[in-house]
Amino acid sequence: MAPSDASRALARFGLGMRGNAETRGQGDVRTLLLAEIDRPRAALMNDPSLLDSREAWLAVREEARRRKEGKEPPEGAPKNVARAIYFDEVEARVRRIRRVDTGFVERIVGFWTNHFAVDLRGGARRGMAGAYEREAIRPHVLGHFDDLLLAATRHPAMLYYLNNITSVGPNSRLGVRRGRGLNENHAREILELHTVGVTGGYTQDDVIALAKILTGWSLGADAKYPERFGRFTFKAPTHEPGPQVLMGTRYPDDGEEQGVAALRDLARQPATARHVATKLARHFVSDAPPPRLVEALTDSFLDSDGDLRSVYATLLHSDEAWDLPPSKLRPPQEFLWATIRAVDFNAPAPFCQRVLNLLGQPLWNPPSPAGFPDDSAEWLAPDALTTRLDIAQAIAGRSRALDPRGVAEEVLGASMSMATSQSISRAETTEQGLALLLMSPEFQRR
Amino acid sequence: MSVPSFLAQDARLCPSRRAFLAGAGSLVAWANMPRAGFAGTADPRFVLVILRGAMDGLAAVPPVGDRDYAALRGDLALGADGSEILPLDDLFALNDAMPKLHRRMRKGEALIVHAAATPYRERSHFDGQDVLESGLVGPRGSQDGWLNRVAAALPAGDRARPTQGLAVGATVPLILRGDAPVLTWSPPSMKQAGSDTVQRLASLYGETDAELSRVFTAGVELDELAMGVPMDDAGEKRRNGLASSFIALAEGSGRLIAEDDGPRLAAISYDGWDTHAAEGAADGRLAVLLDALDSSLDALAGQLSAVWSQTVVAVVTEFGRTARANGNKGTDHGTATTAFLMGGAVKGGRVIADWPGLRTRDLYEERDLQPTTDLRAVLKGVLRDHLGIDQRTLATRIFPDSIGLKPLDGLIV
Repeated sequence: MAPSDASRALARFGLGMRGNAETRGQGDVRTLLLAEIDRPRAALMNDPSLLDSREAWLAVREEARRRKEGKEPPEGAPKNVARAIYFDEVEARVRRIRRVDTGFVERIVGFWTNHFAVDLRGGARRGMAGAYEREAIRPHVLGHFDDLLLAATRHPAMLYYLNNITSVGPNSRLGVRRGRGLNENHAREILELHTVGVTGGYTQDDVIALAKILTGWSLGADAKYPERFGRFTFKAPTHEPGPQVLMGTRYPDDGEEQGVAALRDLARQPATARHVATKLARHFVSDAPPPRLVEALTDSFLDSDGDLRSVYATLLHSDEAWDLPPSKLRPPQEFLWATIRAVDFNAPAPFCQRVLNLLGQPLWNPPSPAGFPDDSAEWLAPDALTTRLDIAQAIAGRSRALDPRGVAEEVLGASMSMATSQSISRAETTEQGLALLLMSPEFQRR
Repeated sequence: MSVPSFLAQDARLCPSRRAFLAGAGSLVAWANMPRAGFAGTADPRFVLVILRGAMDGLAAVPPVGDRDYAALRGDLALGADGSEILPLDDLFALNDAMPKLHRRMRKGEALIVHAAATPYRERSHFDGQDVLESGLVGPRGSQDGWLNRVAAALPAGDRARPTQGLAVGATVPLILRGDAPVLTWSPPSMKQAGSDTVQRLASLYGETDAELSRVFTAGVELDELAMGVPMDDAGEKRRNGLASSFIALAEGSGRLIAEDDGPRLAAISYDGWDTHAAEGAADGRLAVLLDALDSSLDALAGQLSAVWSQTVVAVVTEFGRTARANGNKGTDHGTATTAFLMGGAVKGGRVIADWPGLRTRDLYEERDLQPTTDLRAVLKGVLRDHLGIDQRTLATRIFPDSIGLKPLDGLIV
């Protein structure tokens, strides 16, 4: 794939060409992709119409309380608060996806949101997932990995999801008084999923040490302290006292700072660099990531002290990332976003939700803390493929009719095979032509 | 303006409809337009059925009385032994997949126009449908469609609400796009991709991607199993599935149009007419399509029975197909074809054709049925005498640059 092959490059690194856009004619695609990560604010989403995580949490709590007391909802309130918040968040993503040049940064955001996965199931945090992505992930994906790790770990949505708010140091004041103890969940996932990885050389003792270190990292749940209410709070009375040894390093007990120091060190571990590099290469390039590429990304991570922009730049400059043929199937979310861009479809949030549920990749609702699987085998199933066709057809029918031949030229460009070109131009309706375009191997694979 | 309650229950709330409802207030002015020079049917209904993919007019309404017909069509010729056809007149017969339409022909409620075509003379489906729907002489010249312009031009009558168009389907096709308000309606279930699209995609994967081909084929077989279709019976099942989906569209829209305050203009699209291989006019794919069309037109008439005398249904397609069969027992993209008019307001029982003949030199570019009637003249005749739209508006706004093209007289009772 030549750096001038905009269509293939944007499928691999971004969210595909827009059917109506002028991405071409701006020169080298690699330059365009590099320019996107060079804009420090490119990942941010500061939409004043969206609730922050605290507001979302309160709104959902308030609704639950009202229901319990059998009260009528106030005038104009949505029927289901968490759902309304979710739809607003989804629509903001659709707007962003339709607007961005290449989608490289949005792909990066999606990658990290999946790496630091939270879900939508459970209590008052149901409304928080979109805000979590905007508050914890987006501000740091073009920064350093340790800041990203800290932000994700400290966010209320994550502390809730992985039970850290109920984890109590057994020897802390509260632990002694009430006989409560540790919850290892969050500590284990940090080691296994977020940093060094399952083969990263940690032991059960390390899990316990990190769990102890993180005791006290919690959420202000007392309305009497409004500045902490619904936000990250360090609760000293539940923090396990004393120094802890984690992966050979001793961390003295300085309260909240003990955890900050431990996480910053984990972020710098060579095993973490390799884990992240492997996942990035698998996500962007191939289910069997080429060792040389993984090596280059690992080195770049370590040499730059976890500067993620350097890592992305290394990816964009590696030959493997450009030369390997498109073998991966676009996962469902990418398929939907690329489709929206290709046929310029202003997808309503309920439609997106329905489509992603049908295809098994609902936004911000992965099956486990490991996030959604990132290999094609997961998505390349007989039933899933025919469902994609039904969806492609539905979207083709809903988008304003465009000439499928023109859209194919724009979206598939030089990557389009003769067979696909003929199939599209011989379609008997605009709708059928667009559906065939969206289902063509060139569009499905990257 | 209120929406009929059954509509709110049945219809899927589509974005276009939501946008329309939100903007409805701005359309009130329409109701106050003077009713000037009104001629035509009182409170008329007009339904346009578009057969997308190019219907083979020589198979739907075979000119069995033309002495060159049997030789020209070869294997595709119908009625050699008197079967497969329902007689109409000395020259024409109707494909026997359409017995209900045949009965209406006999009752004088249906009319056929043969050797008709739009002004489009190339052979692209997209462009052909674009011309059919835009009402212009060439493709890609307009963002709005002629049926929408008809809605805008309609005499307001004494109804206290604007005339609405109804787009049957998830989206508004070009023919109904424009300034006039449009509802969309489609049957509630998520529509499954048609078997034709499935076949086309399977063949594309077969040529280009072995893995996708294997997985997709397995998925299609799974779907067929899940629907309880034994493999050897799939043809029959598809026939039923197609007819029931055509009928569902016709019945739903018929109910809406029959309402006192329902839409008065509607467009329904039926896909699948691009019969390049194994056309099967007698007992194959085209027969299944014509059967489904016949049943759905009958279902539409059934829903409209209370207002049948005020109704015209026009069935049109973007162009016809080659006069001769191709190498796959099918036909390729052609030119002239047939159109149908049906309804209590139609002066029917006739085939209207300035028959061009079927000798090689009679054919358009020596391959297609020669167009001798401009489809716009047929539509202009209906729009003038049924909907009361004046000839000048028809020649300038509805079908621009068609002053020289006279409306066909005598189509309406």
